[in-house]
Amino acid sequence: MKKPKVGIFDFACCEGCQLQIANMGEDVLALLGSINVMEWREVMSEKWGRKIDIAIVEGSITDPHAVKRIRQIRKRSRVLIAYGSCATIGGVNGMKNNFALPDIRKYVYGEQYSSFPTETTKAVHQVVKVDYFIHGCPVYIPEVVTVLKAAFQGIPYYVPDYPVCVECKMNENVCMYDKNVTCLGPVTKAGCNSWCVNNGNICYGCRGMVSNPNEKGAQDVLAKYGISIDLILNKMNMYNKCRELG
Amino acid sequence: MKKKNVNIKVEYLTRVEGHGNIVIDVQDGKLNTCRLDIVESPRFFEGMLRGRSIFEAQHITSRICGICACGHTLASIQAAEDALGVIPTEQTTKLRKLLLHIEILDSHILHIYLLVAPDLFGVKSFVPLLGSNADLVRTVLRMKKTCNDICDILVGRHVHPISAIVGGFTKLPRLNDLDAMLDLLTGMRHDMDATIALNPCMIFPAFERDTEYVALVSDDGEYPLLMGNIGSTDGVRMHKKDYRKITNEFIVAHSSAKHTKLSRESYAVGALARFNLNAEKLHPRAQEVAAEIGMAPKCVNPYMNTVAQIIECVHCLEEAIAIVEDLKNNQINYDEEVVVGLNEQRRIPVRAGNGVGAVEVPRGILFHNYQVDESGIITHANCVIPTNQNTGNIEYDMMQLVPKVLDREKEEITLAVEMLVRAYDPCISCSTHFLNVEIKR
Repeated sequence: MKKPKVGIFDFACCEGCQLQIANMGEDVLALLGSINVMEWREVMSEKWGRKIDIAIVEGSITDPHAVKRIRQIRKRSRVLIAYGSCATIGGVNGMKNNFALPDIRKYVYGEQYSSFPTETTKAVHQVVKVDYFIHGCPVYIPEVVTVLKAAFQGIPYYVPDYPVCVECKMNENVCMYDKNVTCLGPVTKAGCNSWCVNNGNICYGCRGMVSNPNEKGAQDVLAKYGISIDLILNKMNMYNKCRELG
Repeated sequence: MKKKNVNIKVEYLTRVEGHGNIVIDVQDGKLNTCRLDIVESPRFFEGMLRGRSIFEAQHITSRICGICACGHTLASIQAAEDALGVIPTEQTTKLRKLLLHIEILDSHILHIYLLVAPDLFGVKSFVPLLGSNADLVRTVLRMKKTCNDICDILVGRHVHPISAIVGGFTKLPRLNDLDAMLDLLTGMRHDMDATIALNPCMIFPAFERDTEYVALVSDDGEYPLLMGNIGSTDGVRMHKKDYRKITNEFIVAHSSAKHTKLSRESYAVGALARFNLNAEKLHPRAQEVAAEIGMAPKCVNPYMNTVAQIIECVHCLEEAIAIVEDLKNNQINYDEEVVVGLNEQRRIPVRAGNGVGAVEVPRGILFHNYQVDESGIITHANCVIPTNQNTGNIEYDMMQLVPKVLDREKEEITLAVEMLVRAYDPCISCSTHFLNVEIKR
């Protein structure tokens, strides 16, 4: 098999999902051995700028320049993978959309705010077509490997569309609601192996909402523990505000 | 010298974290422009934090930067606890120090090997090194993985740690976890010797420019990373609460990152600043390495920041081993495990307040500052990032460096300037999380 030409591109994000690749250790050599990395600004000085087979795109689209750049990348890429929450669902950058743009721009940059263009935060698929989604903040390496294998072979990857609770139960965690704190596990897509709850924290919804959440069930849970809908909505908006853009 | 025109524009400077451009313009031998432009898309973190619970601040601000997520976590927690009046236990402080040592070690290794080492071997990136220096590549991946594995045990993962929160840790390491961490750490000593042997000094220009260095300082014998006052090589000493007097942020039009100045036109933070202020407090093994290299404070060659990072790697590894041994000897108190969530159960008492966190993260001193109302909702947030503090200093360095190398080929000038900027290990993804500042005219 011919080695695919791969480019790794970053938009507005923390670049932590790229770093997850380096965190694979010596296994990364096997990955790098099966592809030709043509562009990866964070670690390479080489610049390519021509057709590639697979674009791995990290980060949200937040300004006019980014819109132009992602369109160009889409044009020269056979396959495009949205990589990490910022790219797949807008992620934490979406919280900006809670505020009127002039207001938040002034708050951060004062009167000179007009020098710093910004737009409503969008996930990558809200601007160009996306072929594969790798959710998570950060991405979960076992899932990254699965998706890359699928992409290299041209077969589809289906993101689990059942809630994190399924994996959490398999991991035998005590339910966070039984510890009297709220958790977004019941409405969040699985695939992370309930990473946060395994470590004693709650689920923050970084993988996006399941497409058909059990709303009735979730409402029952909230009622049972006397939790307001507003609290949960506010929590959802930490990662999932961009869902409102459709 | 022949009058010369040079116009250099390095767009999307590579091998740094985040997006930056270098602009140099020389007309008739006269330097007109010398700038480091920060062009990363602004992300408005401080603005977004308003209206969120203080118990979410760590989770959100960790996302400022994937490379120093643990550093942001620790500064954020310190600021939040300062605002709420929470005093961490001794055990919590030890574990946080351990996390910070691993964070600095991890980040320095990434910078030394993946971002700087290619210059050492005269190649464009680490990719050609996969063929020519496979052992070196394996060394860095192994070290990086080890740091990552330790963070997995300690806080769930390195990129966006899970269990370090306001109030303590949601999960505490078991005895077998401590043993595993100790094995991983001591197993790293061999690779650390190889790192020391890299000796990148040989490729660094003998360029010097005296400037003010700023870092945490303290009165005890510990190399201050997690806690301390703010000090400078010009004799400034201040409480962390007064950080705004030190950072004096101001906006410049060409950059989406703000600039800072203190006693002079600019100052520098980072490994070299810490070394210049606290070298005598380094672990004895790290002091030995510094002596072997022949490095002593006050070192004013900015390229030597990478060497200071190597010295700090040795320090962080040895100190981390000492902390884990200490935790083993004193045994962990598991009653300190906390369940906080959004503090729905008011397990942590909340009050209105204003808190500051000042922590030495890999690239220098990092400040987080939050104001919260009586229900624990953030009303105001400010983060001052090391790279913002260094940007002005980098530009002054460039202004002195460029005329000295002007007689060289354009490619050589570009490389010298790129290497200078890279030596500061700028984290541009971090530096664009601007803050609410007053603009003084």
